[in-house]
Amino acid sequence: MSGRWTRFNITSVVLGFAFLYLPIVLLVIFSFNESRLVTVWAGFSTKWYRELFNNQGLINAAWVTLRVAFLSASIATVLGTLAALALVRYTRFNGRTLFTGMVYAPLVMPEVITGLSLLLLFVAIGFDRGFWTVTLAHITFSLCFVAVVVQSRLVNFDMSLEEAAQDLGCPPFQAFYKITLPVILPAVLSGWMLAFTLSLDDLVIASFNSGPGATTLPMKIYSQVRLGVTPEINAVCTILIGIVAIGVLIAAVANKRRAVRRRRDEQTAFDEFA
Amino acid sequence: MGNAFRRITIFIPYFWLLVFFLLPFLIVFRISLSILEYGSPPYVPQFDLSAGWSGFWDNLRLLNFENYQFLATDALYRNAYISSLTIAFFSTLMTLAIGFPLAYGMARASEGLRPILLMLVILPFWTSFLIRVYAWIGILKPEGLLNQLLLWLGVIDAPLTILNTNTAVYIGIVYSYLPFMVLPIYATLEKLDYALIEAAQDLGCTALAAFWKVTLRLSVPGIAAGCLLVFIPAVGEFVIPDLLGGSRTLMIGKVLWTEFFNNGDWTISSALAMVLLTVLVVPIVLFQNAQAKATERQK
Amino acid sequence: MKSLGNVRRSYAPWEDPEAKPYIRFDKITKRFGDFIAIQDLSLDVYEREFFSLLGPSGCGKTTLLRMLAGFEEPTSGEIYLDGQPLKGVPPYKRPVNMMFQSYALFPHMSVEANVAFGLRQEGMARADIKERVEQMLKLVKLERFAKRKPHQLSGGQRQRVALARSVAKRPKLLLLDEPLGALDKKLREETQFELMDLQQELGLTFIIVTHDQDEAMTMSDRIAVMDAGVVSQIGTPAEVYEAPNSRYVADFIGSVNLFEGTVAGTANGTVRLAGPDGFDIEVADDRDFATGSQVALAIRPEKITLSRHRPESGNAASGEAWEIAYMGDVTNYIVKLDGGKMVRASTLNRQRSVDNPIGYDEQIWISFAPDGGSLLDE
Repeated sequence: MSGRWTRFNITSVVLGFAFLYLPIVLLVIFSFNESRLVTVWAGFSTKWYRELFNNQGLINAAWVTLRVAFLSASIATVLGTLAALALVRYTRFNGRTLFTGMVYAPLVMPEVITGLSLLLLFVAIGFDRGFWTVTLAHITFSLCFVAVVVQSRLVNFDMSLEEAAQDLGCPPFQAFYKITLPVILPAVLSGWMLAFTLSLDDLVIASFNSGPGATTLPMKIYSQVRLGVTPEINAVCTILIGIVAIGVLIAAVANKRRAVRRRRDEQTAFDEFA
Repeated sequence: MGNAFRRITIFIPYFWLLVFFLLPFLIVFRISLSILEYGSPPYVPQFDLSAGWSGFWDNLRLLNFENYQFLATDALYRNAYISSLTIAFFSTLMTLAIGFPLAYGMARASEGLRPILLMLVILPFWTSFLIRVYAWIGILKPEGLLNQLLLWLGVIDAPLTILNTNTAVYIGIVYSYLPFMVLPIYATLEKLDYALIEAAQDLGCTALAAFWKVTLRLSVPGIAAGCLLVFIPAVGEFVIPDLLGGSRTLMIGKVLWTEFFNNGDWTISSALAMVLLTVLVVPIVLFQNAQAKATERQK
Repeated sequence: MKSLGNVRRSYAPWEDPEAKPYIRFDKITKRFGDFIAIQDLSLDVYEREFFSLLGPSGCGKTTLLRMLAGFEEPTSGEIYLDGQPLKGVPPYKRPVNMMFQSYALFPHMSVEANVAFGLRQEGMARADIKERVEQMLKLVKLERFAKRKPHQLSGGQRQRVALARSVAKRPKLLLLDEPLGALDKKLREETQFELMDLQQELGLTFIIVTHDQDEAMTMSDRIAVMDAGVVSQIGTPAEVYEAPNSRYVADFIGSVNLFEGTVAGTANGTVRLAGPDGFDIEVADDRDFATGSQVALAIRPEKITLSRHRPESGNAASGEAWEIAYMGDVTNYIVKLDGGKMVRASTLNRQRSVDNPIGYDEQIWISFAPDGGSLLDE
């Protein structure tokens, strides 16, 4: 779609983005507020950031969260990629409908249900709640997101690439990791990033499945938020937003540069040929 | 592809989802038919693995529908479901009202600008949900930024009470779920060939009629996907009503959380979850069909 | 010596009853669920032959090729390569290579690495691989592009890389699935001759799948015309063009006029057809048709002569010039016979200017020699 960009179009885009970004921008600004009163500006200060580094509870929670996120994202990426392969390549197997349902349902399942049901599973089998239960829970729901991301790349994957590899003497599994995996790698990596942020972000499922010593950062933030808005929380949030923004920007710039280089290469090929 | 590879590819994720997704639901279902008992875990009868199959069958015979009867008779729960559905429904409409023009504007932007706009919509999706909800507390509080602005402009004389009301919940849901609405709509609009609109106008449609008869009709799959993506999780939302809503804001996610964490009533929580799931089955199935169809189209 | 077409062939192992086929499809049937893709098909291809499978999409030609490469197994029947049955041999163990329609170049590897892929897989020594890759790239004139990635190449260059990659392992049999399908017309014509040269130079057997009859006619020693899972006719390009054995083949290859008629009698190698479309026809054919049987005469437009007066000999009918299309090299006419039938005729434009050319609506005669067409009884 294209056509003329009318004043109405511009207005709705500008207002839409203002709505999306203003709250975040305000939050970031007030993390640098001198005053403890979050909403009254009293001058620039970084003291709330300094205080963060003395807050051992918060640092521990951050550490737990990062470990859970890293581990669960990595395992979910493997499982999710397999699930995507199963969905795209094997159109006929017993219970495919059930399988498809189980992959898509967690995408929209209310978190309270997922959290509660996993907790009851762990209790029923006598698994002590803690780091590992949170990790298992995160693997389960983020593997479905990875599956969807990888699947959308795999449907466009030209199966004859793998066949060509086999034709040239490659057994099937080798053909998969020498050819298919490198080609779909960008999608697998963005699947991993998505799983990582989902885990980093999750409050509800972690609250149900966490145990002593496994308090995650969102749980910590939540318990403090309930007590009121504080500049420290603003500072923590700003740091998190900063990390994500930098990560996404790097990925976007890398993508953009790859696309530009690719277009230039294709142009060269065309010119030389013509 | 080799058979062994095929078997592994299907079996591992299948098994994982059976154990960690389907089985838990069966357990929730079973516990929703148990009796609350103070102990650990706080319900009877419990599964006794040592009793083997006979124990399993004994266990099944002890079904108890008390929890569901309780849910049906207590107005609190009924109201919570109704209010969850109402809030989710209207906030979905509001999200659509804001999301569609935004997605439409993005799709009509120049080709160079579009990827940047798209990234700007996705970016908030990567930032913490909790943080985005939290950000609104500072804005909506009685002494918050919105009230300060309105007082300064002279629009109001006394601060408005927005935080801890349903209004705040609506704002929170619309804000948090806006990208979920914009992305699928944008995806369908972006693929829409502008020549179709030109053709409609060439055949005598006014711009408005062309929009109504072509653009809007063709973006229905995107609108449907977006609405489901907002509506379903919104019904079971916990964080937003908890942080932005007031004591009178009734939403089922919050009720479930309270029953579980504050009252320690696992059996009623399970029953609440089962009923919530039943309510959502239709939209979830719709969503899955839409997903499957979208995948087919991609092929 | 009289022969169909105007090419004299020295290579014709299919005419030698002693010759052993290199590939033999023996009563192959392939089903996908309820759909029968190939039905009881038998076919021989000889060593160093350039063999084409020609047919519309969905006729089973690609399935046949994929069964030979090992990506599909026949539901029943057996495929032999050099006398050895291929059943159960996975694709990566077959001494056969394939060039894919999409080229299937590995996007994350350079041209060099693509060509070397099969050799590495084989465990060839590094120095030998280097030498072979250079040789292959030279063969397809892409030496300068060794370090490029596939997306940095034009369509024609990609096609050559795919070709180099598929012949790098020196397979004795190369399968080509619509190898020129993605190229534009001009490039396609150039490449046809290059493929033929390459086949000669390397002494390979080629089996090529195509839906383009010109391509099949240009390159092949023999063509198998396929329709809905069966082979309709196998023969040299001249045979399938000049002596099609069915209406389907006659119609699929080139354009054709069909005169439906009843056999009035046969004598001395001549078959007389009574009154098809309003006039009697004599056809040179030494087969024995029963009097009264229904047959059709297939005759190509260029075998039909146009004149203003009735010719003295041959089959003739009068009509009016209905459509005239000047194509440059030829002019195509559609003549409406007095009986109403439309007949296509084309004449070669050997002179730049013609005195008094045939014009629209002019009354003219069409005529053709008794051996100008072939009789079809199916």
